Amino acid sequence: MALHAAVKGKLISVIGDEDTCVGFLLGGIGEINKNRHPNFMVVDKNTAVSELEDCFKRFVKRDDIDIILINQNVAELIRHVIDAHTAPVPAVLEIPSKDHPYDASKDSILRRAKGMFNPDDLVR
Amino acid sequence: MSGKDKLAIFPSRGAQMLIKGRLAGAVKGHGLLKKKADALQVRFRMILSKIIETKTLMGEVMKEAAFSLAEAKFTTGDFNQVVLQNVTKAQIKVRSKKDNVAGVTLPIFESYQDGSDTYELAGLARGGQQLAKLKKNFQTAVKLLVELASLQTSFITLDEVIKITNRRVNAIEHVIIPRLERTLAYIISELDELEREEFYRLKKIQDKKKVIKDKAEARKAALLAAGEDLRDSSNLLDDQEDDVLF
Repeated sequence: MALHAAVKGKLISVIGDEDTCVGFLLGGIGEINKNRHPNFMVVDKNTAVSELEDCFKRFVKRDDIDIILINQNVAELIRHVIDAHTAPVPAVLEIPSKDHPYDASKDSILRRAKGMFNPDDLVR
Repeated sequence: MSGKDKLAIFPSRGAQMLIKGRLAGAVKGHGLLKKKADALQVRFRMILSKIIETKTLMGEVMKEAAFSLAEAKFTTGDFNQVVLQNVTKAQIKVRSKKDNVAGVTLPIFESYQDGSDTYELAGLARGGQQLAKLKKNFQTAVKLLVELASLQTSFITLDEVIKITNRRVNAIEHVIIPRLERTLAYIISELDELEREEFYRLKKIQDKKKVIKDKAEARKAALLAAGEDLRDSSNLLDDQEDDVLF
């Protein structure tokens, strides 16, 4: 399957609130595989952090996923797991959600890049 | 790091040549690695500025997308569950290509359309226009995010490689080259020492010879005085020996 997935296009997965998920699904990135596992996860206020962690880890392990989009407020909840994920693939991207504006200083990647650029560049 | 450490090698001319060769190799390698590190650094800075640019752009695009979602909801009513339940196959997929920077392969993602739109009929009753706009907005967002993802992946990979390269450059500059230099200095000093010893030895031999010769002369003089002439033959022999030695 790994080989097959490598030849075929890879998927983009989403972890985020309902609206973000719906938006990206309408954009056409959603897929449910043979085992009925979706490549997205809807997070509401009742979702447990452990559930989020498990889901994130599952997405990271799946070899047909290349990019994981995650709402920044959700990413904050499982920051330690995201920081522990250092491999280049799959790429974890933090995206702003509808009710949380994007805060560049919280982004794992940009924090890694801290000190290499002027922080004023971010807040233009 | 002790200042004394050097390679365990026997000081000889051969070893000196060997170490000289290795030192030249290390210097060359250091230069090349430095160049590589610089090339990577240039690329890294480029990617970094692009990431920052794209991240800010992403904020705008996402805002617009979220806004159009609200618009679509206003006209169509709540369609969240319909969308979430009707997922089948992905329409946008990601292909990865490889890019090469100074021997480092960077994955570049590229999105492409595959298959038909699952939600073709969504919003058929009303709000079709808003939904179409919404889809377009999110597709733009996805494209941008895919671009951002490849930048980010390159960023992480390059960060790693730059660290390794810098570590190597520093290791060569601060450990390997000094050690080779110390070894070379040690070999040279040791060879000088040997040379001095040799010189001293020869001097000593010369002195000994001189003493012996003087004695022989004295004896010959004594013999001559006694009436026996041995000068020709023995002088000839002595001269020859001198020539052979020096």
